[in-house]
Amino acid sequence: MQQAFEVLIGAIPYLLGGTGLTVAAVVGGMLIGLALGLPMAVAEVYGPAPLRWLVRLYVWFFRGVPILVLLFLFYFGLFQALGWNVDALTAATIVLGMASGAYQSQIFRGSIESLSKGQFRAASALGFTDRQAIVSIVLPQAARLSLPGWSNEYSILLKDSALAFVLGATEIMARTQFVATRTYQHLALSLAACGIYFVLTWAGVRALRMLERRVAVPGFGQQEARA
Amino acid sequence: MSQTPILAVEALSKTLGGKTILENVSFAVRRGEMKVLIGPSGGGKSTLLQCLNFLHVPDAGTVRLDGQAIDPRARKALYAYRQQVGMIFQDYNLFDHLNALDNVALALRKVKGMPRAVAEERARAELARVGLSDKEKLYPAELSGGQKQRVSIARALAMDPKVMLLDEPTAALDPELIGEVLTVIRGLARDGMTMIMATHQMGFVRSMADEILFMQEGRVIEQGTPEMLLDADSGSRTLDFCTHLAEFEAGA
Ligand SMILES: Nc1ncnc2c1ncn2[C@@H]1O[C@H](COP(=O)(O)OP(=O)(O)O)[C@@H](O)[C@H]1O
Ligand SMILES: [Mg+2]
Repeated sequence: MQQAFEVLIGAIPYLLGGTGLTVAAVVGGMLIGLALGLPMAVAEVYGPAPLRWLVRLYVWFFRGVPILVLLFLFYFGLFQALGWNVDALTAATIVLGMASGAYQSQIFRGSIESLSKGQFRAASALGFTDRQAIVSIVLPQAARLSLPGWSNEYSILLKDSALAFVLGATEIMARTQFVATRTYQHLALSLAACGIYFVLTWAGVRALRMLERRVAVPGFGQQEARA
Repeated sequence: MSQTPILAVEALSKTLGGKTILENVSFAVRRGEMKVLIGPSGGGKSTLLQCLNFLHVPDAGTVRLDGQAIDPRARKALYAYRQQVGMIFQDYNLFDHLNALDNVALALRKVKGMPRAVAEERARAELARVGLSDKEKLYPAELSGGQKQRVSIARALAMDPKVMLLDEPTAALDPELIGEVLTVIRGLARDGMTMIMATHQMGFVRSMADEILFMQEGRVIEQGTPEMLLDADSGSRTLDFCTHLAEFEAGA
């Protein structure tokens, strides 16, 4: 017990470093997912048929294959074949981001489709181009409606990021296991990993909940079924 | 009375889902005129109004503003045209994430490219015109139906339209809120606004309409002044319809 404690204390700086890498991978993954998912959602709702097909194909692929398989496919397969030398953490960030893009596109698409068509028509009638209506009317509303789903996606991506361990990225999971195998304190270090993930989930979800409150509009999003 | 009609509609036809919704509709609107569309539900009034600013693209026919034919494929010209034709919807269609002031100011900024301060000043003036100066900070969900419709009128007016299209603007309102909206519309008519309005508010129609178009099954089957069509012994289809409407409302 005493020994476990000493090991943990001694490992703190090392584990915090891993936490930083995990956070970087998750934040990077969420942002890549946002950059991919938002345009894909818009394309799926408003785009021409070939584009819609392309988006559906992308979503179908990235939702249909386990993250672990995707990590191997890209890191040891595609990136190597392309002669692209990226470190494990960067590779994991990109793969997590691409997969998250598929999920995020469906979150945003659901929000966009839940908006009344009438507001778009009203914007058109005022002389908005479709693009202006999407940017000024549709997306600000869809983004607000998507925040709960986005928060959920964050908590999933955070946990998926532990898989980067198998590529050799030195994130939380890798570092706790590294210390564990050298000190034989498996229980203590696995619990430490649990604790770190738990705190990161809690902090992220809480931060997004605060953002949700900050951008809330009176009565908006609550009036789902209007008479 | 000017010679060229401000808005001319020639032989408009529209098919939706294999069904003919509008069939060879023609009429002309003079400057400052109030045209009223009356007719049974499903007769094509909403489709006609949406064809006039190309929210629905007609299959055939021409719409002219000030003698100029509008080609909906010329997108730039279409967007410019739509700014000159205000549209009021039955269910308001306010932008739910914006307060009343921003609802009115947004198109001024995004479409007309006005700086925010200028746009807001204009938006305040339009809100004052519809009697909502004290409501500019309120969001759509915080407004009554009548207030929402007045904001939507202010939003349309801010664009300086030459013509306004109103699609049953009071049909979704509780009876006690209809008056405030009709009062605003009367004010517009007095100020010389040209309007095409679908409505079944017969008191309003009798006193305000310059001409009634009675629409049924996608065609204008009667056309004339309220005196001509609503006179007790006119024997018109319009009168027949309105009598039934009155009976229905009295019974309801
Ligand atoms: N998008 C559409 N597809 C098929 N039919 C439609 C569509 N929109 C309207 N209609 C039909 O067109 C007819 C005219 O409708 P509408 O213009 O709304 O009439 P009104 O406003 O006079 O009640 C109705 O029969 C309606 O069912
Ligand atoms: Mg209608």
